[in-house]
Amino acid sequence: MKIAVCVKQVPDTWAEKKLRSDDSRLDREAADGVLNELDEYAVEQALQITEALGGEVVIVTMGPERAAETLRKAISMGADAGIHLVDDHLAGSDAIATSAALAKALEGRGFDLILFGSESTDARMSVIPAMIAERLDLPQVTFAQKVDVSGTTLTAERVTDYGYDVLTTELPAVVSVVEKINEPRYPSFKGIMAAKKKPVETLTVGDLGLEASVVGAAAAWSAVADFAARPPKAAGVVVTDEGNGGTKIAEYLTSQKFI
Amino acid sequence: MSDVIVLAEHFDSEVKKVTLELVTAARSLGSPVVLWLGAGCTDSVVETMGSFGASQVLVADSDAVRNHPVAPGAEIVAELIGSMSPAAVLVASSADGKEIAARAAIKSGSGIITDAVEIAADGTVTQSVFGGSTIVHSKVTHGTPIITVRPNAIPATQAPTTATKTDITPAVSEAAQKVTITNRAVVEKGARPELAEAEIVVSGGRGVGGAEGFGVIEQLADSLNGAVGASRAATDAGWYPHQFQVGQTGKTVSPQLYIANGISGAIQHRAGMQTSKVVVVVNKDPEAPIFELADYGVVGDLFSVVPQLTQEISSRK
Repeated sequence: MKIAVCVKQVPDTWAEKKLRSDDSRLDREAADGVLNELDEYAVEQALQITEALGGEVVIVTMGPERAAETLRKAISMGADAGIHLVDDHLAGSDAIATSAALAKALEGRGFDLILFGSESTDARMSVIPAMIAERLDLPQVTFAQKVDVSGTTLTAERVTDYGYDVLTTELPAVVSVVEKINEPRYPSFKGIMAAKKKPVETLTVGDLGLEASVVGAAAAWSAVADFAARPPKAAGVVVTDEGNGGTKIAEYLTSQKFI
Repeated sequence: MSDVIVLAEHFDSEVKKVTLELVTAARSLGSPVVLWLGAGCTDSVVETMGSFGASQVLVADSDAVRNHPVAPGAEIVAELIGSMSPAAVLVASSADGKEIAARAAIKSGSGIITDAVEIAADGTVTQSVFGGSTIVHSKVTHGTPIITVRPNAIPATQAPTTATKTDITPAVSEAAQKVTITNRAVVEKGARPELAEAEIVVSGGRGVGGAEGFGVIEQLADSLNGAVGASRAATDAGWYPHQFQVGQTGKTVSPQLYIANGISGAIQHRAGMQTSKVVVVVNKDPEAPIFELADYGVVGDLFSVVPQLTQEISSRK
């Protein structure tokens, strides 16, 4: 079983995020870059599958130089190798271009499974797994809360608004997992030391066989016109409960016509 | 006037409210043409679509569409983009909606913008990002604009016309049928409205203290015909099911009224509810950051404030 897990470096979940005024892109320097926490579940799932069935886990990321730390962090959970797409031409890529570059990096390497977290906590589009499945013409099993692999058959529960759908398909497949699927492990000291020695391949746009003109901000198929901080909310009324807090709220809700 | 394709969001012939919001938004861009995938498009559904301004309802129903997720829908949308040259395609920001939009964008060579909260007549999309802290205006610049729209963001308004219903039988490739739905598990949803679409959401967090504590939250929600939400602290602790988590890694809601009980208001949670119209907070910690968002807040024990509120609401009805 050869598994790729695609991960992303994102600004620390707990930090305030801002766009840069010059190019309307996320200011990634303003906050620490961390492993997208939803990707940890994908790494954990990959490790659990290879621990049960044998195989290899390769962490794949696209991002600037500093994303190498995030790649190592993911590897330190117990993965075997890494692939880092790093090239200034990739900066400002939209989801369409990102999926084009990732698909090129993934194809032809014999991955049985390509795993993702359900979304990144910065852009929150949740579209890359579907786009990779589209580009590589692979089955798409996303938002999985449970994944079972038996032989070449994959069975999963896809979370829906009304419950879940049970899906089956044949490998190779693209899978994204939701956070309730498992409990990601913390990297052990041994894992952290070992990760420093695991092979990491770096790939440029040229290595992927892509023209620089099809990725990056200039190739994006959507453009930000302008942005602004949301106007601060007018301060509300806060009272201390003196035994009638519930009644006070009811009065407020009545004044706002909710009751 | 050019057509605007609206992908209907529905479950078991029940039209989701967001579909009517999409049709409403589509009217400013052109003539709304609803695409209904799968079964359940009754005459009354077509009539409803017409009353919100849809000129046509196209029904694509086949085993291929019913039994395989996402990929068949994306093929059909891409095919219609090719044959109809619509001004735009509007889709709900649901899991299926976003993924159908994503794959159709690649197939048709189109740009995609997700989670719109407003769409102007010139196609400029407003997004509310980073937990509602930043408002972004953007536009698709290549191909047919494919835009996913957040539920509850654009109010649905009627614009009565008569919609015609047409069955279309688009071919779905073998490649799009590689994943099979073998079972649909429907979790008892009860009488409460769905979280993402609810007008009123009542949420509980760490301060609720345990699974039993959610009883008072549910009673308040029921007195207001609202949905129940939970913070990540509460769902991670197993006090309330995961699908009700509101926040950065859960659902994003923007109801008319959001009542946060025992929730401190870390960014993680605020990111999922910051765009709610009116926010009421009950928390015993006066320093809790959630009070910054409150239109009305009470510093106090939720176990005395919330039941009293529920009782007051019941007696005022």
